[in-house]
Amino acid sequence: MAFYVDIRKKLGDFELQVSFETKEGVTGILGASGSGKSMTLRCIAGVVRPDEGRIELDGTVLFDSKKGIHQKPQFRQTGLLFQNYALFPNMTVRQNLKAGVRAREKDPKKAEQKIDEMMERFCLEGLGDYRPCQLSGGQQQRTALARILLSRPRMLLLDEPFSALDGYLKWNLELELAGVLREYKGSTLFVSHSRDEIYRMCDRVCVMDQGTSSPVIPVRQLFDAPVSKAAALLSGCKNYSRAHPAGKGKVYAEDWNVTLEYEGEAPEGFCCLGVRSHYFRFVPAEEAKDQKNTFCCRILQVIEDVFSMIVMLFPLPTEETVSKDDRGIQIRAELTKEQWERFRSQEDLSEGVWIHVNPEDVMLLK
Amino acid sequence: MDWFPLYNSLRIALISSVIVFFTGIASAYYIARLHPVLKGFLDVVLTLPLVLPPTVVGYFLLVLLGPRRPFGEWFLGVFGAKLIMTWYSGIFAASVVAFPLMYRTARGAFESFDETLAAAGQTLGLSDIYIFWRIRMPACRQGILAGAVLAFARALGEYGATSMIAGYTPGRTATISTTVYQLWRTDNSELAFRWVLVNVAISAAVLFAVNLLERRERKNHRRQSPGKGV
Repeated sequence: MAFYVDIRKKLGDFELQVSFETKEGVTGILGASGSGKSMTLRCIAGVVRPDEGRIELDGTVLFDSKKGIHQKPQFRQTGLLFQNYALFPNMTVRQNLKAGVRAREKDPKKAEQKIDEMMERFCLEGLGDYRPCQLSGGQQQRTALARILLSRPRMLLLDEPFSALDGYLKWNLELELAGVLREYKGSTLFVSHSRDEIYRMCDRVCVMDQGTSSPVIPVRQLFDAPVSKAAALLSGCKNYSRAHPAGKGKVYAEDWNVTLEYEGEAPEGFCCLGVRSHYFRFVPAEEAKDQKNTFCCRILQVIEDVFSMIVMLFPLPTEETVSKDDRGIQIRAELTKEQWERFRSQEDLSEGVWIHVNPEDVMLLK
Repeated sequence: MDWFPLYNSLRIALISSVIVFFTGIASAYYIARLHPVLKGFLDVVLTLPLVLPPTVVGYFLLVLLGPRRPFGEWFLGVFGAKLIMTWYSGIFAASVVAFPLMYRTARGAFESFDETLAAAGQTLGLSDIYIFWRIRMPACRQGILAGAVLAFARALGEYGATSMIAGYTPGRTATISTTVYQLWRTDNSELAFRWVLVNVAISAAVLFAVNLLERRERKNHRRQSPGKGV
């Protein structure tokens, strides 16, 4: 089971440039909205024709602009789950499933049997005569999934499967879908703008930014060691500064006006560094003096979140380089409520606070 | 009272409705897929009969179908039948005039169709013909039916172009509308009034049907929209 895609398509000002390779298991496509994720799936499924390139699945060429191959979507056998599920509104649940099995099973008796099995598997018994508009969001998704699996896809393409649902439903459906994907033998592309979903559901991930894809990497790597700023942003990193090399193992963070140490290899041509919000540690003032990777900040705002405190900071060394009210430069630090209470009771916060970041938590980015 | 005009009007309206139903749907479906420039051009040409005076349409038809014109002459030579001043001439007039109504409403219905449904059908391996008749048409049914009813009503009420290319021959080409005019002209206003009543009754029934369809469509739309998602 191997899948290869390398396509380009121009849509007005937007240019889609996707190229990656993947095998069985779940591959996430992570990108902000408008980054071309859905369009990529549509090109793979064949309902949109790319301008040029090549798509290959298990040795079958689905699309090749050079050889003039553009297989019709009917013959690609890719199961595309649309964001709105695209259930046929004029048909009942059972008729929808029948439409799914129609092209693959000509024997009506066997078809009925398969539909029954699928309805049982997706807990749709008793809903056969309902219309899609009478179903809940979760039932709609289950129907759509059952319909797709009945068409025996060689590959599953899931387009933001949870975007149409509210939080409470989402979690149950995610568990269900995870179960389906575990049983599914082929490869799956899972499109989402949510890093949490990608982290939980996928083995590998391909980051898309403004129509351009990056190579597929293991999910862990994206979160532990993103290489580009776009990837870091999508993985949830909140703090960035422009950065320049400053000697061996050291980097100058221009926006914060401090020099920080880092660990590991610096990627070639890095221009930026990122630090995750909860990797900043608050240090008492007397310990902070002469400690490396530590600098003083003014508190701009303290926000109480559900389970944590968010402290918005302005790095004081910066006051030498930029005007005071440059809102662009802010550091977001997160810590537990207890940590914050303890720190606040012991320190005088009006003088500013000292924050520290471990060298291994400084991410150098391209 | 000689009922021939009613019979003639109804058969002309029915036959041209059927013609317009299929040609209107087919053009709406295919023109929507064309290049915008070509689409705009065809759109204007096909909608023109809606706004042109029927006499202008009649003039064009005479130019095209007249027995001494190339097409009419060729048809007469091959099939031995005239295309004007016969009962079926009314079909040409009614079709041309009613066509834009069917075309426009069908296009409106197709444009509001959620194309992801067709795409979903394709990825499930369903043929394009199946998708058209079993998914697209049912989803657009109300709009298309309303268009067909409107086209029928317009075909039934056709006067200008019909009088030019079919004329008025009692018992041969007379329709309700040409009969009313003829009776009025010959000072037979009592009989003219009866035909007026017949015409009003049919047209009112047709419009009532349109309203009913539209109301049902709105209700369906409301019912479906919450489940449709983004």
